[in-house]
Amino acid sequence: MIARLLAIAIAEFRIQTRNRWLASATVLMLLFALALTFAGSAPTGTLGVDLLTVAVASMTTLAVYLAPFLALMIAFDAVAGEAERGTLGLTLTYPLSRGEMLLGKFTAHLAVLAIAITLGLGAAGLAAWLAGGAGTESARALARLIATSILLGASFLALGYAASALSGSGAAAAGLAVGLWLVLVVLYDLGLLGALVFDQGGDFTKHIFPWLLAANPADAFRLWNVAGSQEVALISGMAGAGKALPGWAAPLSLFLWPVLALVLARAAFARVEP
Amino acid sequence: MTDRDTALTIAGLDKSYGRTPVLEGITIHLAPGERVALLGHNGAGKSTLIRLILGLTHPGAGTIRVVGHAPGSAAARAATAYLPEQVAFHKSLTGREQLTTFARLAGEHPRTVAPLLERVGLIDAADRRIGTYSKGMRQRLGLAQALLGRRRVALLDEPTSGLDPISRHDLYAVVDEMAANGTALLIASHALTELEARTDRIAIMAKGRLVADDSLVNLARAAALPTRIRLTARDGTADAVQAELGGDRKNGRTVELHCTTDQKMAQLARISALGDAVRDIEMVPPSLEDLYRHYCAELRP
Ligand SMILES: Nc1ncnc2c1ncn2[C@@H]1O[C@H](COP(=O)(O)OP(=O)(O)O)[C@@H](O)[C@H]1O
Ligand SMILES: [Mg+2]
Repeated sequence: MIARLLAIAIAEFRIQTRNRWLASATVLMLLFALALTFAGSAPTGTLGVDLLTVAVASMTTLAVYLAPFLALMIAFDAVAGEAERGTLGLTLTYPLSRGEMLLGKFTAHLAVLAIAITLGLGAAGLAAWLAGGAGTESARALARLIATSILLGASFLALGYAASALSGSGAAAAGLAVGLWLVLVVLYDLGLLGALVFDQGGDFTKHIFPWLLAANPADAFRLWNVAGSQEVALISGMAGAGKALPGWAAPLSLFLWPVLALVLARAAFARVEP
Repeated sequence: MTDRDTALTIAGLDKSYGRTPVLEGITIHLAPGERVALLGHNGAGKSTLIRLILGLTHPGAGTIRVVGHAPGSAAARAATAYLPEQVAFHKSLTGREQLTTFARLAGEHPRTVAPLLERVGLIDAADRRIGTYSKGMRQRLGLAQALLGRRRVALLDEPTSGLDPISRHDLYAVVDEMAANGTALLIASHALTELEARTDRIAIMAKGRLVADDSLVNLARAAALPTRIRLTARDGTADAVQAELGGDRKNGRTVELHCTTDQKMAQLARISALGDAVRDIEMVPPSLEDLYRHYCAELRP
């Protein structure tokens, strides 16, 4: 099983690097992270924290959008695109289970994401440290940001496979992926914000809202990073919601999402007839 | 016959897409080492039958056993080689990398890859990306992956399409070699040509049904298609020859006769009795094309 999974992972990793996806994702991550780090450096003095802390707070906002986006762009082609091009049928005639194939691709794609995120955010963090100093606390916040960004990406990779397996064509899969991104990363928060305004600090705001936040992988990612660092929480103004939740809620959500989404993708893949 | 004696057993197979029946009551057996040509026009259902055997899609009724295993099971897949009709690979991998991936999936050592590339004549292009390959080269790579491991059943879907004559010749050799190693081969094609004629049996599909399944010799006998005998008469004797033997006058000196297989010797005796009057004789047995048209026409309304 491991041999077949690795065979798929190796081939897939090669394809991703040759398609320049690895390079583009890394450069994209780095450019955005650098831009935000130095654009957001103005309030450093007033808050009395080092530049890396500010940079991590800015990069947290960035990663919420960028990590899911990169993951979906890598993943949406995995089933529908291969079926369309005719490469899926032959591969599935080999003694390889569909689960092994998905996990093989997941391994390769996660490696691509992890490299892009670690290099991109890591380099920006290094630049912030050199320019404005850092402490153990802010270095730990950066490490946490990188690890949780990879986890967030993993959720959206798996969601991308599900979208791909549910779509009849590569184009439909791309559309569904963009829709998923919009709903989970943008519209979900807008909806919650609307409900908060409507509720005006009632029971919904106190008891239900924090859990709804934790249930969305993108918000769970924010919560986890914020809860981990008082200083980051201070800057991003999200301390309130985090306090109402037990500490395990956001990490559990971020670990559970990739698993559940992979199960969903596997079920959708079972119905594909290449 | 038990499942172990047959490489591939198909009985009473039905398949429809929506309300349209695509296959109806297909029953066919392949013994180890047997080469069977599966003929039929475009849309007859050949590729659908192959996809069913591979477990890529599921039948409405009937059973399939690949060396005793259910189609699509790990054991059946390990025993089956497949060459798709439109063979496609990842463009950015090299031929060697793609074949190595398949070798690993088949549980074969990557060491087996280079000799196979050599075997299909791709060793010089092995480290070029598949995106730069011609259709014929991709077909060869497809053939190479079908040769990986020791497969008991090989399903080749229109393997000659896009091949030049030399590649065709190589394909014959590969088919014979696989058969000699005990692999049962099902070779789909929309024409009856040299390759199909070299098989042990010919199965003909028309509109989702199997209309024939026998050796070429038996099919030809059952069809009883006439042999044409073309006689060239000596100057001025054509009329006399025609008067004696009948047949059609083609031009000043040629007379053409039609006769069935069992009349052939008697006809030849009459011709030689004419002595000097006949200068040359040419016998044209029914062509493969004639035979194929005969069987496909049977189901026409
Ligand atoms: N996935 C599918 N959905 C609907 N109809 C199909 C599908 N695949 C094949 N068919 C139909 O089944 C028939 C047989 O097709 P096929 O097996 O490809 O024929 P052949 O390989 O003999 O040319 C055709 O009429 C084709 O349109
Ligand atoms: Mg076909």
